[in-house]
Amino acid sequence: MKRLIVAAVTLGALAGLDLLLPRFLNPYFMRILMLCGISIVLAVSLNLINGFTGQFSIGHAGFMAIGAYSSAMFSMHIGVGWVSALEALGAPQGLAQAAALVVALLLGGLAAAVAGYFVGLPSLRLRGDYLAIVTLGFGEIIRVIITNVDAVGAARGLPGIPQWANFFWVAAAVIAVVGVSLRIANSSHGRALFAIRDDEVAAEALGVDTTRYKVLAFVIGSFFAGIAGGLFAHYNAYLHPNSFTFLKSIEIIAMVVLGGLGSISGSILAAVFLTVLPEALRSAQELRMVIYSLMIIVLMITRPGGLMGSREIDVRRWFGRRARPA
Amino acid sequence: MNPDVLLHLDHVTMQFGGLKAVANLDLEVGRGELVGLIGPNGAGKTTVFNLITGVYTPTNGRVMFEGRAIQGMKPHVIAHRGITRTFQNIRLFASRTCRDNVLIAAHQHCEAGLLDAVLATARFERDEQAMRKRADELLALLGLSEWADVRAAELPYGQQRRLEIARALAGRPRLLLLDEPAAGLNPQESDQLMHLIEEIRRKFEVTILLIEHDMRVVMGICRRIAVLDYGEKIAEGTPGQIRSDPKVIEAYLGEEVPAAGGNA
Amino acid sequence: MTEFLQQLVNGITWGSVYALIALGYTMVYGILRLINFAHGDVYMLGAFFGYFTARFIGAANNPNPMKAIIVLLSAMIACGLVGIVIERFAYKPVRRSSRLSALITAIGVSLLLENGGILLFGADPKFFPQIIRAREFNLIHGVTISNQQLIILAVSLILMFALRFIVLHTRTGKAMQAVSYNPTAAALMGISVDRIITFTFMLGSMLAAAAGVLVALQNPKIEPLMGIMPGLKAFVAAVLGGIGNIPGAVVGGLVMGIAEVLVVGYISPTYRDAIAFVLLIVILLVRPAGILGRNVAEKV
Repeated sequence: MKRLIVAAVTLGALAGLDLLLPRFLNPYFMRILMLCGISIVLAVSLNLINGFTGQFSIGHAGFMAIGAYSSAMFSMHIGVGWVSALEALGAPQGLAQAAALVVALLLGGLAAAVAGYFVGLPSLRLRGDYLAIVTLGFGEIIRVIITNVDAVGAARGLPGIPQWANFFWVAAAVIAVVGVSLRIANSSHGRALFAIRDDEVAAEALGVDTTRYKVLAFVIGSFFAGIAGGLFAHYNAYLHPNSFTFLKSIEIIAMVVLGGLGSISGSILAAVFLTVLPEALRSAQELRMVIYSLMIIVLMITRPGGLMGSREIDVRRWFGRRARPA
Repeated sequence: MNPDVLLHLDHVTMQFGGLKAVANLDLEVGRGELVGLIGPNGAGKTTVFNLITGVYTPTNGRVMFEGRAIQGMKPHVIAHRGITRTFQNIRLFASRTCRDNVLIAAHQHCEAGLLDAVLATARFERDEQAMRKRADELLALLGLSEWADVRAAELPYGQQRRLEIARALAGRPRLLLLDEPAAGLNPQESDQLMHLIEEIRRKFEVTILLIEHDMRVVMGICRRIAVLDYGEKIAEGTPGQIRSDPKVIEAYLGEEVPAAGGNA
Repeated sequence: MTEFLQQLVNGITWGSVYALIALGYTMVYGILRLINFAHGDVYMLGAFFGYFTARFIGAANNPNPMKAIIVLLSAMIACGLVGIVIERFAYKPVRRSSRLSALITAIGVSLLLENGGILLFGADPKFFPQIIRAREFNLIHGVTISNQQLIILAVSLILMFALRFIVLHTRTGKAMQAVSYNPTAAALMGISVDRIITFTFMLGSMLAAAAGVLVALQNPKIEPLMGIMPGLKAFVAAVLGGIGNIPGAVVGGLVMGIAEVLVVGYISPTYRDAIAFVLLIVILLVRPAGILGRNVAEKV
């Protein structure tokens, strides 16, 4: 019962923020806020694969692209029809759009998850570096395919996606991915993932089905990447394959590594930081990338554990309560 | 099949290219026994463990556990069947606490699924609490209670060895494989280990197969010993028989086989 | 038939280029188990160093072989130095860290070289001066080969044989082999592992630089991001042949070059880049150790 109340209050707060924020923030800052949210979903979902389970996945943008394009195609060809039908039945526009968006996002996430399954499964026989290259190759193949399929706009891009995503949904997605990650981390399944990261041979010998768990990490991680892609599509209203290059994958990896592999709070902080930073440096465009790459190098040399290492911010400690034993 | 024979290695051969790491090995371990597996370095002892636990699939022969063939099964399936092990080179989950290391090994016995975990159902909470309780009991038995929240990488060496054993026990095995548990321990610690292994065998009613170089430990607690050399079994018997077997002495060539006090 | 043979000639030429780049990847991986993501960008730097040298000495004014050789050598030496600097400042500090950290560092260096190149050279393409007068020769069946292609093949062969000689017949080369098998044992034998690693990076970078200059002979348009795709493809070539295996890099490079040219010729140019990844997926699923590679199992 208590949990239902917490959920209701949270949703109410989000809806309230959704209405109020545009009044206080100008569109530029709103955009940054939304992009931060999407980045958080991407970073935390990749953290499941790279951080928790220690797998080298460097093609996350590919999963995002699958989610983005499949949800966009659904909305543009089927979703709008549903919205009109619902409105004709008397439903308010906002609700109809919200319903269509949820379906679109779930479809995008599902499509990405299926891809995650097929990428994860055969790659599992491969050692770390090889897995990295396969995931890289996968990301590139997806981009090449998209660039060559006319129906999704190919190299011209895909305009005209209904702009149904707003703060409420981005925030809801953030809460969902963070919540799921936290719950997994504090469960036997999360411990199994960390065990695989630390020593796969020992984990297997002690009864952990490593294959199953590695694939699971991929599927869940790619599902949320697909959701992030869907949100991006329905916020930006326009998709172009150049948004999903290897560079995008690197940006997400940088967030996870900067935050500390395995740390959810680290991923959140780093995602925000690395989304805001390029905007702050926007004036010096070429210099920005040089600074970015130098930052990555220096970070890896001086503090490979990232900001948080693999620890989490313990919010309870801030409120003076005794932290729960590990 | 004889119900008293828990493990039966039936003409097991492991060949890597041109090298026969294990050659035509025939070994039986009875229920409740404490059997030692000794031999010079490179004799193939750890390979035998790897064959039993499914890390390798034998080139020839069968590995029978509780009457059923298990060769070719994946290691985690074999662990579920009731065989767990420690490792010669410590393979702890370094970034996890002691308690977590033990909890991970208990994973196979958890009932709550992934959905339960995500939704934090009552079943999940009950499960977690029960597992924690058992883990803490196990840690207490092995004298690791004060280290429960410490990261495994920060443990002193002796404690790390104990944690390896605690972890193996968390899987509630019927057959426990210990790979050189006394390596690097001083005589006093080895004594403690010997008592601990005996206690484990009694308390958990578990069969133990032990690889060890420390002859004091082997002769002290093992009722039966098998000797490997170049992948072949060259002798098998009680400690007294092994100690005076000329083939064994020759294999070790110059290594002292001390007269152990107090044959168990 | 003519067309097929022509494609073959083109494919082998391209393949030699890929092979030169792939050798650098494979040597570094063999010694450090590191995928040097920045290697493709060293290839780019080779083309640019060659470009600046060629303009400086006016190699296009009166093209003669001496000037061309100076262009090639200066690019190789400059990139050899770049390789040494990268290793010393970016890779050596993370040698003890996790593999993922090293991978991320390599990606960082790659980005630095690319964006530094954009900053320094400008993003618009430059045109490599014609330092060799172009001529075509007829082979059999109406198949032609340009003298640029011949030069690419000849120089590649010379460099590969030189590398083979170094690795097999010099003390440093044997030390390289030792370090790739077992760095600890090599160190115990008195080999300075640090120096060997530096030497390996230098050699690999020099080969990549040569590839950059050779390609620029035939495709004069150069720009700071030109190393990305060839770098990736050369890496796939190295994996194809068996990463860590030097003859494998050559085999892989040739296979990659021929496959790419055939796909472009007989299927469609749009899939030119995709074929590399398809080959990658196939080899990793079917034979991860590569054509000439051997599987090293982890000791439990």
